[in-house]
Amino acid sequence: MKRHFQKKLSISYSLELIGAYLLAALWILPLLYAFWAAFHTKEYAIHFELFAPLTLDNFREALSQAPFLRYGFNTFMVLAFLLPLQLLVSTLAAYAFARFNFIGSNIAFSLVLVQLMITPEILIVQNYGTLTSIGMVDTIAGIGLPYIASAFCIFLLRQTFKSIPKELEDAAQLEGCGTMGILWRVYVPLAMPTYLAFSLVSVSHHWNNFLWPLIVTNSVETRPLTVGLGIFGAPESGVDWSLISAATLMSVAPLLIAFLLFQRQFVQSFMQAGIK
Amino acid sequence: MQKTLRKMSLGIAASVGMALSSAVAWAETELTMYYPVAVGGPLTKVVDGMVSDFMAENPDIKVNAIYAGNYNDARIKALAALESGEPAQLSVMFSIDLNELRELDAIVPFDEVVKTDEEKAWLNSFYPSLMENGTSVGKTWGIPFQRSTIVMYYNKDAFKAAGLDPDSPPATWDELVDAGKKLTTDDGSQWGMMIPSTGYPYWMFGALAMQNGEVLMNGSGDTTYFDKPGVVEALNFWKDLGSKHKVMPEGTIEWGTLRQNFLEGKTAIMWHSTGNLTAVKNAAKFDFGVAMLPAGKRRGTPTGGGNFYIFKKSSEEERAASLKLIRFMTDPERSANWSVQTGYMGISPASYETETLKNYVKEFPPAAVARDQLEFATAELATFQAGRIRKSLDDAIQAVLVGSKSSEEALEEAQALADRILKDYR
Amino acid sequence: MLMETHKRHLLGWALFTPAAILLIAFTHYPTIATFINSLFSNSSIIRPSRFIGVEGYQDLFDDPVFWKVFSNNIWLALGTIPTSIGLAIIMALIVNKAVPGRSFLRIAYFTPTMLPMIAVANIWLFFYAPEIGMLDQVLGLFGIDSHNWLGNPSTVLPAIIVMTIWKEAGFFMIFYLAGLQTISPELAEAAELEGSSRWNFFWRVQYPLLLPTTLFVLINAFLNSFKLVDHLFVLTKGGPDNASNLILYYIYETAFSFLDISYASALTVFLLLLLAVTALAQFYFVDKRVHYR
Repeated sequence: MKRHFQKKLSISYSLELIGAYLLAALWILPLLYAFWAAFHTKEYAIHFELFAPLTLDNFREALSQAPFLRYGFNTFMVLAFLLPLQLLVSTLAAYAFARFNFIGSNIAFSLVLVQLMITPEILIVQNYGTLTSIGMVDTIAGIGLPYIASAFCIFLLRQTFKSIPKELEDAAQLEGCGTMGILWRVYVPLAMPTYLAFSLVSVSHHWNNFLWPLIVTNSVETRPLTVGLGIFGAPESGVDWSLISAATLMSVAPLLIAFLLFQRQFVQSFMQAGIK
Repeated sequence: MQKTLRKMSLGIAASVGMALSSAVAWAETELTMYYPVAVGGPLTKVVDGMVSDFMAENPDIKVNAIYAGNYNDARIKALAALESGEPAQLSVMFSIDLNELRELDAIVPFDEVVKTDEEKAWLNSFYPSLMENGTSVGKTWGIPFQRSTIVMYYNKDAFKAAGLDPDSPPATWDELVDAGKKLTTDDGSQWGMMIPSTGYPYWMFGALAMQNGEVLMNGSGDTTYFDKPGVVEALNFWKDLGSKHKVMPEGTIEWGTLRQNFLEGKTAIMWHSTGNLTAVKNAAKFDFGVAMLPAGKRRGTPTGGGNFYIFKKSSEEERAASLKLIRFMTDPERSANWSVQTGYMGISPASYETETLKNYVKEFPPAAVARDQLEFATAELATFQAGRIRKSLDDAIQAVLVGSKSSEEALEEAQALADRILKDYR
Repeated sequence: MLMETHKRHLLGWALFTPAAILLIAFTHYPTIATFINSLFSNSSIIRPSRFIGVEGYQDLFDDPVFWKVFSNNIWLALGTIPTSIGLAIIMALIVNKAVPGRSFLRIAYFTPTMLPMIAVANIWLFFYAPEIGMLDQVLGLFGIDSHNWLGNPSTVLPAIIVMTIWKEAGFFMIFYLAGLQTISPELAEAAELEGSSRWNFFWRVQYPLLLPTTLFVLINAFLNSFKLVDHLFVLTKGGPDNASNLILYYIYETAFSFLDISYASALTVFLLLLLAVTALAQFYFVDKRVHYR
């Protein structure tokens, strides 16, 4: 079948291929440029000469000017706080919606779905007020708090749980599992792909989240990478692309490396999250 | 659950704190200082250095410096901390935040904090034009620290190449236009000049307006003069540089990348903050000069930058300790060092009398331009509801520069908005 | 039996409670509180807060900046959504085939999704910088004069649109890839036997089957066009003269730079209404089974 198509369309096929690669080149151009600028001295940041000398100074300078390691640690802490709670809270809620046909569950579920539209980004003003009044401004927990109950996660898990045959639950019940036991022994293990999918989507979203952390953090001790980078690269101070590129690469490196290593899983996960 | 957790941890922290307090009895006063880092270079290191010197000298005071982004962020963060009950005793904030801080009842005047005659004398030791943005209703609320004016950087090599005298930079608007025409190349590889119009357009405009003999507002910050003929004329001149004289690119010019444009030789002249001086000095591969801004009817520039404020929500001891810290950081010798390391100006005549700055000015004369220009300086645009009024003026300036409105129309609109907002404050 | 039912209701609610509390605290309560705040003026020492009713909304309709940011948002949506969806479909069709270097292509297309907008904005600033920027350097090779891409009101929004398309197309590609993989390969074989062209096959078979995906992506893209403002902090701050300002950025400015919570609340209510209308439209016009059920 391939052969047939190829014969018929060989010229247009190679044109297509060239187009595909051109598009890919355009798409990674910003990243390529970041590599160029980060590893070259300032004067070559905007001049391109193939054999310009390489240097690591930009990384050293960026690290000495801003505590990127601390920022990275903060980002990690936000995720370490947020993701387990997201999964826990959503698992419980999804379980309730999938298997307990409780009074008002339909209305409750539609109220959950509201958050798919009205995401926390839109309510920054009021949520900042709430955080101030409970004294959680400038805390790691405060960055994560509005995102713990995730309609998206509840929805995904509910779909998965619903697709699990009831017989498995009955069997577990016969073996003496209680309500929570069934959740833990039957539903959670069978939903592992969904957990992985949501986790990867959530990690990449929160690693890159900017507006809300910008608003709620004040200090080096809580500021995540994106906000640190935003302050570091603020155009008010005059743009230095070599330094900014070095800082950018350091900030995206962990996620990018993870993505390159596990790109199949990433892509599959995003796909799975999308199909539901 | 979060709340209980927090309460628990607070409880633990409190008991640990009590246990420790006997051990660290000497750390009597703890100060939290908010600081805006908005300028190039490792500024935080310099400030950290000063703070640790201060703590070494005053073991009974502990200072936490919080670096909070640009001026706007620093103000928001500090105010938010105050509101949520977190400690904050002093801050460096935009000198033009004064009216808003007063409206929020957030700061105390220094007149209430200074006690001794020596301290009172210190209050009068700064350049008077730097105090303009720090005083209101007859009291002093802000002490200058990270201060700047706008100066004209020019590429001496480009001047020579264009047949201009590199040692006599343009001193009037006419000379500026003439020089600009000679410096602008036909192939578009070099522009005569650039005045940035993103970031802080109202600030640059303050200079042009003053050069045309006008100020943008009254002293009490409740009336603006955006639509006065002289002000409109100043904006027309700015626009003409691009559209009529063709010595500057049309459209807006990015504040953040302008220094790069200058260093790359894409423009022979740029107007920019003195805060860029050290960065330009370190990176320029050509001979450059720094001059006062040229005169229209007269010379003129607004001052700019950050002042020290003391917050109202502080104890008597904390205020005294804050004053001590501010006096330490504005001391002539330190101010001189600060100026050398950053390009910001020395804030008192005494700082320019120190050996450090004397020597520096001798070997690098541009360092004195900002000071010399103070004679012609005025306050930066500072009104009540300053954020909104600044934005409306910024929008008007940009609308004119990109050609979507005439100067009269844009400035009248901005003035109408300012009148509407400010009428409640008069 | 009755006991069982009771227990079921109770357990159901108990399991839902943690999520419910958080959702109420950070979604439902703020939605209502925002509306209430928009009816009161700001409080300050000089002027305490008072009830102003719909005055805030009158200000909103009289505010030219509001209309500007609103229309910018609409243009942004119109400019980004069709193009990024079109590109996403093309990308998905490419990497769904056994082309050489398929996994490289897939990584390349997907990379922007993994990069924080705030970081890449600085790099795009370099692309767009007049005279010294990459775009002008490349165009200069062809003898094209330099352009002030971000400093000109007629090019700044298109520049932002291009960057947004770059950011989103690869993300949407994933959903199409998922959609394509659910299409049975036999269909392709049948089409080939019939001798129908690929163009035909796409429009007659693949495209209709991808319709649910398209609707899902459409909603996502629409939401994103209102949520994504990170790059404005670096690229333009909404300028020149609000030519690239967007609703959410204007809300941020109003609340956190002008400290005008009342007006920021009115703006937020408008945005919420806009999203609510979209949600309702989706509810009525789009088969619900398509995405969320």
